[in-house]
Amino acid sequence: MNGEAGTPAARGQAAGRRPRRDWGEAIITRLIQLSGYSAVVFVGLIFFFLVREGLPALIEVPLRDLFGTRWYPIEGYFGVVPLLTGSLVVTGGAMAIAVPFGIGTAMFISEIAPRWAREVLKPLVELLGGLPSVVLGFLGILILSPYLRQLLDLPTGLTALAGSLLLGGIALPTIVSIAEDALDAVPRSYRDAALALGATPWQTMWGVTLPAARSGVLTAVLLGMGRAIGETMAVMMVTGNAPVLAVRLASIVSPVRTMTATIAAEMGEVASGSPHYHALFFIGMLLFVISLLVNVIASAVVFRQRSRAERVLS
Amino acid sequence: MSLPGSPAAAPESDGGRRFRTTSLQRRLAQRIGFVWLSLMAIATVVPIALVVVYIVQQGGPAISWTFLSGFPSDGMRQGGILPAIVGTFYLTLGTALFSVPLGVAAAVYLAEYAQENALTRLIRVAIINLAGIPSVVYGLFGLGLFVLFLRLGTSILSASLTLSIMTLPVIISAAEEALRAVPQAFRTVSVSLGGSRWQTIARIVLPQAVPGILTGVILGLERAAGETAPILFTGAAFFLPRLPNSPLDSTMALPYHLFVISTQVPGMPLQIQYGTALVLIVFVLGMNLTATVIRSRARARRQW
Repeated sequence: MNGEAGTPAARGQAAGRRPRRDWGEAIITRLIQLSGYSAVVFVGLIFFFLVREGLPALIEVPLRDLFGTRWYPIEGYFGVVPLLTGSLVVTGGAMAIAVPFGIGTAMFISEIAPRWAREVLKPLVELLGGLPSVVLGFLGILILSPYLRQLLDLPTGLTALAGSLLLGGIALPTIVSIAEDALDAVPRSYRDAALALGATPWQTMWGVTLPAARSGVLTAVLLGMGRAIGETMAVMMVTGNAPVLAVRLASIVSPVRTMTATIAAEMGEVASGSPHYHALFFIGMLLFVISLLVNVIASAVVFRQRSRAERVLS
Repeated sequence: MSLPGSPAAAPESDGGRRFRTTSLQRRLAQRIGFVWLSLMAIATVVPIALVVVYIVQQGGPAISWTFLSGFPSDGMRQGGILPAIVGTFYLTLGTALFSVPLGVAAAVYLAEYAQENALTRLIRVAIINLAGIPSVVYGLFGLGLFVLFLRLGTSILSASLTLSIMTLPVIISAAEEALRAVPQAFRTVSVSLGGSRWQTIARIVLPQAVPGILTGVILGLERAAGETAPILFTGAAFFLPRLPNSPLDSTMALPYHLFVISTQVPGMPLQIQYGTALVLIVFVLGMNLTATVIRSRARARRQW
């Protein structure tokens, strides 16, 4: 490892001190290498512990119940389907809000806004990314859900819709920031060529810039979705925590319960080693697998785009 | 509107006589489109500003010396939030203690040592995945590994370790980017003067990358400071009448405290809730602002 760096030193005056320095250097190199591997180790450890505590659920809870439609731990029902649908409904609603607004805002910042507005807007959007979700959940309880209850004349404002609105807000900064980077990375010459052919800036944006940045924009959407599925506190605070099967259209305006919220709400009260405890870890396992899939797809999109670009350039 | 590539302005100015109808339609479409996108951007940005302004407005009156330096009393309905502030400070510090050395070392490995091979690709995939794992799953992991398996109990130590693994991908990515931004010539010169690889990194490359690394570290810690889910079962306490005095004590923390007083305690005065939210966002956004200032200053002062 240190061959190329060590040789010049050997010829210098420091030759006499070399052995000691090499020892230190070797140890440091080894430590740095180990740190480099740490990310892999941690992903492995996380998976191992989730499986270790989650798999027993498959034995303790009959499969038909585990994938059943009732989550009622007190009576021993651990059906994860209502929680899965809850997560899907809330995340779907969030993406319906965050994708158009996120891409629209990214287009505005990257293509339309004057320079000074850009310098203000991007940090401001990233600031929202930094707001703790518990603060948004807190405002959701106090302001958003009473408002929704009045507006839509509902029995309670703590619904999937409230969760979707908050989650949309949480996914937005991720989408705007990454999509804007992708749009910004499109070479100026693409735009110039389109403009020179007589396209208006508006046509250029949609016909040239956005398609050229599509993989980056898709990555932005996927990562935003990953954030939305995994979000816990805000969702737990405003969705009303009712583990019912959310398959009807009306589910949007009724209380639901997501996978993340279930873990957060119930883990504090279970005895470790009980079927309930294992079932919660099993949900954690599902979440881990979902986030793994989303991220693998997102990075596969990026890698494919990169290799395509390399082919074009070479 | 200053657009990249202003030649597009030309057809607008001479009216495009020969293509009048289409040109008019196109210009109209563009006008409407621009207005529409501007409205979308406004709809995205204004609520952010409103959230911050509203909390400052509502929480401001709650802030007083007793609120910041006192202990909660009367079932947390009165008094201050000192234990939560101190707890969040300890947790952030503990997280930094573990995640900064490990994260920076990992970034040095990726930027300076690693070759492009299958192992390095695996490491990158792992980092991307760490960044995407839901925070509550980190909580489960921390409970399984630190609290139960390693028997550290629900403690500041367990919670900090959990948070630092969550923070790691942010720090690694930012630090690697900062290291890669240091021009290759710096390394070449150092090595040509007889510096070893580690000397080059420690004395030349790292110092140049410090602002970038610092920015990433602060943004990572900002996220850790505001998170609730990972500490729910690893170290957060509902209520403690005293300050923690060992890393093995559990602790109150601002985000968890806000969750508790806004959902679990009936009859909680609104002012205390808003006050707690305000202290939390000042803590978190203050870190964000620091990072932004460091970044723009370093950019202005950089000579390469």
